[in-house]
Amino acid sequence: MKKIHLIIICIFLIFIFTTFYLSLDNKKIYNTEDMVGQKIDKVELTLFNNNKTFNTKEISNYKFTLFNFWASWCAPCRKEHKNLIKLSKNKNLKIIGVNFKDNKTQAKEFLQEMGDPFFILIKDPKGKQSVNFGVYGIPETILVNQDLEILKKYIGPLDIKDVNEIKKIVKQ
Amino acid sequence: MLSNLGIIFSSISLLASLFLIHLSFVELKVSGDKIPKKIYKFSLVQLIFSLLSFLILLTGYIFSDFSMINVYENSHTTKPLFYKISGTWGNHEGSLLLWINILVIFSFLFLILNKNKNKNFKIFTLIFQNLLISIFFIFLLTNSNPFSPVFPVPNEGLGLNPILQDPALAIHPPLLYVGFVGSSIYFSAALAALISKVEAKSLAITLKPWISISWFFQTIGILVGSIWAYYELGWGGYWFWDPVENSSLMPWFLMTALLHSVLVLERRMGLYSWVIILSILTFTMSVVGTFLVRSGILNSVHTFANDPSRGLFILTFLVLMVFSSIFIFFKYAPSEKKNYRIFSKEFFILINNWFMIFFLAVVLIGTLYPVFLDTLSGEKISVGPPYYNFILTPFLIPLLFLMTSGPKHKWVSSETKKFFDIILFLSVFLFLIIFFVIKENNLLINLILLFSIYLIIQTIFDFYENLKNRNINLSRITSHFGFGLLIFFISINHIFSVESNFNVRMGEKKDIKNYVIKFENLETSSGNNYKSVIGYFEILNKKKLIKENLRPEIRIYNQPKTITYEASINSNLFSDTYLTMSNISDSDIFNIKFQKKPFMNFIWFSVLLISLGGILNFFNRKKEI
Repeated sequence: MKKIHLIIICIFLIFIFTTFYLSLDNKKIYNTEDMVGQKIDKVELTLFNNNKTFNTKEISNYKFTLFNFWASWCAPCRKEHKNLIKLSKNKNLKIIGVNFKDNKTQAKEFLQEMGDPFFILIKDPKGKQSVNFGVYGIPETILVNQDLEILKKYIGPLDIKDVNEIKKIVKQ
Repeated sequence: MLSNLGIIFSSISLLASLFLIHLSFVELKVSGDKIPKKIYKFSLVQLIFSLLSFLILLTGYIFSDFSMINVYENSHTTKPLFYKISGTWGNHEGSLLLWINILVIFSFLFLILNKNKNKNFKIFTLIFQNLLISIFFIFLLTNSNPFSPVFPVPNEGLGLNPILQDPALAIHPPLLYVGFVGSSIYFSAALAALISKVEAKSLAITLKPWISISWFFQTIGILVGSIWAYYELGWGGYWFWDPVENSSLMPWFLMTALLHSVLVLERRMGLYSWVIILSILTFTMSVVGTFLVRSGILNSVHTFANDPSRGLFILTFLVLMVFSSIFIFFKYAPSEKKNYRIFSKEFFILINNWFMIFFLAVVLIGTLYPVFLDTLSGEKISVGPPYYNFILTPFLIPLLFLMTSGPKHKWVSSETKKFFDIILFLSVFLFLIIFFVIKENNLLINLILLFSIYLIIQTIFDFYENLKNRNINLSRITSHFGFGLLIFFISINHIFSVESNFNVRMGEKKDIKNYVIKFENLETSSGNNYKSVIGYFEILNKKKLIKENLRPEIRIYNQPKTITYEASINSNLFSDTYLTMSNISDSDIFNIKFQKKPFMNFIWFSVLLISLGGILNFFNRKKEI
């Protein structure tokens, strides 16, 4: 009887400790900065204006692509917008805007008021597509090359330093 | 300089522990009943150098010596002195050093305070305790060294997380550590008792003061942590069933069970193995808690910087500790058969133990389930207050009843008393008055109120009777009275709390139930190491026409750059008014959380009473229960 108790207790404890051990490797803090150097997934996105689909593999047609995640309700997005306008004039770079968890009318008004730097505009009203890019808060901006590889990732609004950095990369 | 001294001092203390283990093993083979002087001397050396190493770290913090990485990462010259001091244990490495110091202090005190006890028992306790000390010293020196130097020496430190800059939080970790690290001494003593076959009564008398004192500190530590969460975190509550809060509560359940069953061991010589199991479990649960918090596998306000190597070390230690305890237990545990008569005091104490174990199981499952599910299936869930409240609340009713009727029974006897007595009658009467005043419909809450009143009145009567017989068991009466009050006030607080979240602009008003909240003004100001935006609010109670002014703050700390939301709380004897504000980015709209919380001070006071019982039990060892 004593032995059976002992065996049951030991099996139970071994299970617990093994799970503890496994949980040590389990990453709890979600850090999207690790994504630099990885390739973005080939996913289908919905265009903002006409609900047509856009597949991310099409961006291999462009030399460099900048994904910008924004919304009209996001104050820092407003702040960085002028920098996006500056970048939109660059010939080597196409900017794809992803409108994140936003209201369509307000998003349109935002672009009318501030200008439209986007070559293609995607909508993501529930924020689900953005997760494929490792985005869970905005603004975020991702620079991707022809091979769909992520070169740079900016969390928070782009400032003038970031703009110059992007320009430098795109020139090469 | 300090860095080197710290490493040298802690190494000397480690060496002393290793020597102590060696000397103790040698001493086991020597006959005689006195422990030789050199063991005392080595213990003293160990104590002195361990305290000195802590003092070195403390000095580093006070004088902002950034040549130690630990000070550089967690302190800053502009920090107020009080928080420089508390910064010493506000991080993983420093708190580990505090851990070790408590292990050492308890080891030393145990040795000098039990001079007349069985020699082998003391020697074995010393061996186990010093094994713990050595392992933690090795962990400290190899993996988590608070004295690690940094070169070139930085001019300025990175600062302490501002939410940790609070007086309650500064003292909260040391209190809790004395509580749960203190339990190490009865862990060691329990194992030693098994091997050296100490008899029941003597073991009970030896363990009791250590259990009382650690239980007292654990209770106070939990209380202070709660107070901190209430005032500082700005969530507007005092208990969140946060995994780390749970880790401090789990050893508490076991300590409470132990505190009661050790009485049976003392009086009736029963439950010997059970007391040993509880002693082992209490410290094991403390280490499990430490593992969960330090390894970073839980997400909580307490999470320390994530470092898997730390987790691995604590886990290895835990596995070794648990399996060797099981081995020792199964090898040495005596077989005992005792039948307990129903309606004897020991029967009720045994039931109390099962309640505590049940509470422990519920909290343990709630805490570990998300971790296990995430690890084994990748699914992420969180277990929150509804789970705990749903499962635990109904069980409060029988617990309250048992706490009321248990102490009335005598040891051994099985006579049943009249069930319907004057006290029950009085309680029902009082309850009915309260019922008609508050008009609460929930049956469960009403029952809890009724039984808490029953417990309160019963303990008051007990006190009176004891006073007549000149034989007062003040510790039990104080703790049970406190617990009755606690449950009573938590229920009342639950019924009458008002809570509301809304957005306002400056100059606007908002109506919530009986209150009008007016956002009058906004000012900026700056403190020693932060800038702040202060909101001026006026709260009008429409019924009583009382005005209160509250000033919640948004603080922007410069080192490290962090924003905190300081709740403004107007605390009266009977009710707290609670306001926090946060701004919605780049707009003039502020989000306000308004709460009216009755009887908060009574809740704190009740817990204080509960813990007071522990300290009374400590000083009142010879008195009968």
